[in-house]
Amino acid sequence: MNVPMNPDRLQPSRRQVLAGGGALIVSFSLTDAFAQDQAAPAAASAPSPPGSLKTSPYLDSWIRIDADSSITVFTGKDELGQGFKTAFQQIAAEELDVPFASLKVVTADTKLTANEGYTSGSHSMQDSGTAIQNAAAQTRALLVAEAAKRLDLPAEGLKTENGAVIAPDGRRLSYGELVASDMLHVQAQAKSTLKDPATFRIMGQPVPRVDIPAKVTGGAAYVQDMRLPGMVHARIVRPPGYGAELSACDASAVEKMPGVVKVIRDGNFLAVVGSKEFQTVKAMKALAAAASWKEHASLPKQNDLAAMLTSLPAQSSTIFERSDPAVRGERTIEASYTRPYQSHGSIGPSCAVAQLADGLMTVWTHTQGVYPDRQAIAEMLHMPASNVRCIHVEGSGCYGHNGADDAAADAALIARALPGTPVRVQWTREQEHAWEPFGPAMITKLKASLDGDGKIADWNFEVWSNTHSMRPGGAGCLLAAQHIAQPFAVPPGKPLPLPEGGGDRNAIPIYSFPNAHVVHHFLPDMPLRISAMRSLGAYHNVFSIESFMDELASLAGADPVEFRLKHLDDPRGREVIEKAAQGFGWRRDQKAPPDRGYGFAFARYKNLAAYCAIASEVEVNRETGRPRLVRAVAAVDSGQVVNPDGLTNQIEGAIVQSMSWTLYESVTFDESRITSIDWQTYPILRFDAVPDQIDVHIINRPGKPFLGSGETGQGPAAASIANAIANATGKRLRHLPLTRRRIKDAIDA
Amino acid sequence: MTTLKVNGHEHQIDAEPDTPLLYVLRDDLKLNAAKFGCGLGQCGACTVIVDGKAVLSCVTPLMLLEGKQVTTLEGLGTVSEPAPIQRAFMEEQSAQCGYCIAGMMMRAQALLQRNPKASDEQIRTELAPHLCRCGTHMRILRAVRRAARLMDTAELLPADQRSAP
Repeated sequence: MNVPMNPDRLQPSRRQVLAGGGALIVSFSLTDAFAQDQAAPAAASAPSPPGSLKTSPYLDSWIRIDADSSITVFTGKDELGQGFKTAFQQIAAEELDVPFASLKVVTADTKLTANEGYTSGSHSMQDSGTAIQNAAAQTRALLVAEAAKRLDLPAEGLKTENGAVIAPDGRRLSYGELVASDMLHVQAQAKSTLKDPATFRIMGQPVPRVDIPAKVTGGAAYVQDMRLPGMVHARIVRPPGYGAELSACDASAVEKMPGVVKVIRDGNFLAVVGSKEFQTVKAMKALAAAASWKEHASLPKQNDLAAMLTSLPAQSSTIFERSDPAVRGERTIEASYTRPYQSHGSIGPSCAVAQLADGLMTVWTHTQGVYPDRQAIAEMLHMPASNVRCIHVEGSGCYGHNGADDAAADAALIARALPGTPVRVQWTREQEHAWEPFGPAMITKLKASLDGDGKIADWNFEVWSNTHSMRPGGAGCLLAAQHIAQPFAVPPGKPLPLPEGGGDRNAIPIYSFPNAHVVHHFLPDMPLRISAMRSLGAYHNVFSIESFMDELASLAGADPVEFRLKHLDDPRGREVIEKAAQGFGWRRDQKAPPDRGYGFAFARYKNLAAYCAIASEVEVNRETGRPRLVRAVAAVDSGQVVNPDGLTNQIEGAIVQSMSWTLYESVTFDESRITSIDWQTYPILRFDAVPDQIDVHIINRPGKPFLGSGETGQGPAAASIANAIANATGKRLRHLPLTRRRIKDAIDA
Repeated sequence: MTTLKVNGHEHQIDAEPDTPLLYVLRDDLKLNAAKFGCGLGQCGACTVIVDGKAVLSCVTPLMLLEGKQVTTLEGLGTVSEPAPIQRAFMEEQSAQCGYCIAGMMMRAQALLQRNPKASDEQIRTELAPHLCRCGTHMRILRAVRRAARLMDTAELLPADQRSAP
């Protein structure tokens, strides 16, 4: 991806200096100062610096040191509740040799930070964390070089401590004294001298999250908590279903309601603005009652998603092929697995604040991508992108593309109609559930054979799926832009390229099979609004592969853990599997207590990010079919660990969330409307089904690259639970969600 | 005008009597902790304490609250002087996005005020109306158990030893 440097960070005078021949850049000859101990990605001629430094190479895009020695770290990624803000602060403090509390982190803002695209795909540590680590190390080296010059001492004899460079004779120059105006406006070198992990004092520690104190004391922590002077409240009246058209709406009575400032109608976009929040809610209800819509029966039959998906036109491609004619299978089985549409289900419905002032549209949003969202909003408003500023402010956890971008667009559209006035848009629960883009429904078909030794001889895997990202994109990805009188067309869905993939994410097995054939049937038609949901296709593909591995292990009469190890060469993967099995107390001849079962599953997310293995124990009430995850033990290898408690929190959360998806969740709809529109019609996990215990074992890899870990648990958790249910009941369930009803029916069958 | 006591202070509220308490707290009194999650009483994010009982503020109209004592998370303590329940949630790092947490804490606070020796089973049952989507449940349970222990001992300690680590 070619991500342009944010022009706002460059003063024109600076740009002229740079354009004048690059003398300023090359004058910093760091070749000697930077040892070759950090491998940069291979490039033929000019090696590029690691992480997001590739696309935003200037050190001052990442780190600013002021004359008073205060330090600010900039990231183009969002804090979404994963704890990155804290982790990035740890990384920068470590490599700069300053106390953790002495610096602050500024997150995604199109005026202030680098363009790092989306905060998604478990990329934040590897993109932004790596950039910050290397930028901080190179900044520290520049400060040391400057001190060496001033003190007339060799740089090797100087050390850094507590925000200062210290000479052997005790002389001390603070970073603020050393930094000159443009010192950090240099391009990063390809290689940095990073600290020896054995000397880490802040990285690797469970530093408490910087955002939690405000969140547990009622501090302003979310975009929902913003109250700008003169701010008004807005509510949208959405159509009752996809493609519904507003045929009539007499808003005159609503306009006279107490507190109502304005009713806005633009094609099928209908909204009301009020000075007090609850008055606006009441006006929204009245406006909804006054509106008549022409609906379309466009949705597919919900009761046979598998047939629906496989009958859609497909663009099929073989994405993996391996052949060894010498190895032949003897016993063959096949199975098909399905996943329904599922909701992100953020606890806080989407919200945004926007203000048009002096020709500049500022949008405070919990979008996952301030730059792409800015582009889309600017296109919708027919404004130059440079006149739109998007600032990330935390919202409720999103787990992918929820209503955030749409709420931002709603707010901007309404704010344009009220110049100067800040407008806060708050979606309702029903709107979030009905209009968020869902995780796509999927179907997989698997077929494999065992050879005479009980090893897998051939493996066939086919997956049918929509794209897994309809993020903006352009304006056509925004609901408001789709609904206005001069609408923007929804762009066609595109398959996401491998190796990360979308519907085919993790479709290629990590195991070594002599014969393997993997086909991706990409489905361009999207009957329901869909987009990225945590782990994309990996959730279902890993559920399918790891369920089928158990079916094959059973056919081979093998222990599921041993069976996996028998097919896996990757040593880090093997260690993760062994660690989880050991932590769980997995034994080859184990037998669960009555009505309980044990399950195991493993994956390396995207086959290139963090490794995760999960063993679980599930109890099933045979009378009701009700399942409960009793305990889970996970092992994870995420490379160099920055904050072990943060990593543990992510894995614990992934297991619990994936359990909820796996046991309870599916979007429902009739021919024209989404019908799962609240927590009664879309039930999720409640406390009565929370496990007794979850243990997470971390395998730290000092000095190794950061591997994304935010999504690595989703697939293994699902398959581990499914395998445990099969172990408990003797029945294999292949259609998500594994509901009480489906389990009961299987037991009774 | 309705007289409402929130966190020990009396307020004259100029809002229509059917206004849910949640909007009074957030819009009129500019308090952040109680969150809008569903407006339907299904998720618990808006929970506050009214006369010692956990109440879903999104479905509790102002007209029912004349003269009652409302406590929100802001009323329990501050970052520098956290209440035991707040200290426990900080110490256990019991949040991911944290949007649901304030409501959870208020119901747990009401439970522990009533029954400081609440069992794990009672804590789970009490928290049943609350949803968390990040999957932080294990930590939330740990924090409530820790809060119960802290409440047992906190009053014995002088204020300067009650701060968060």
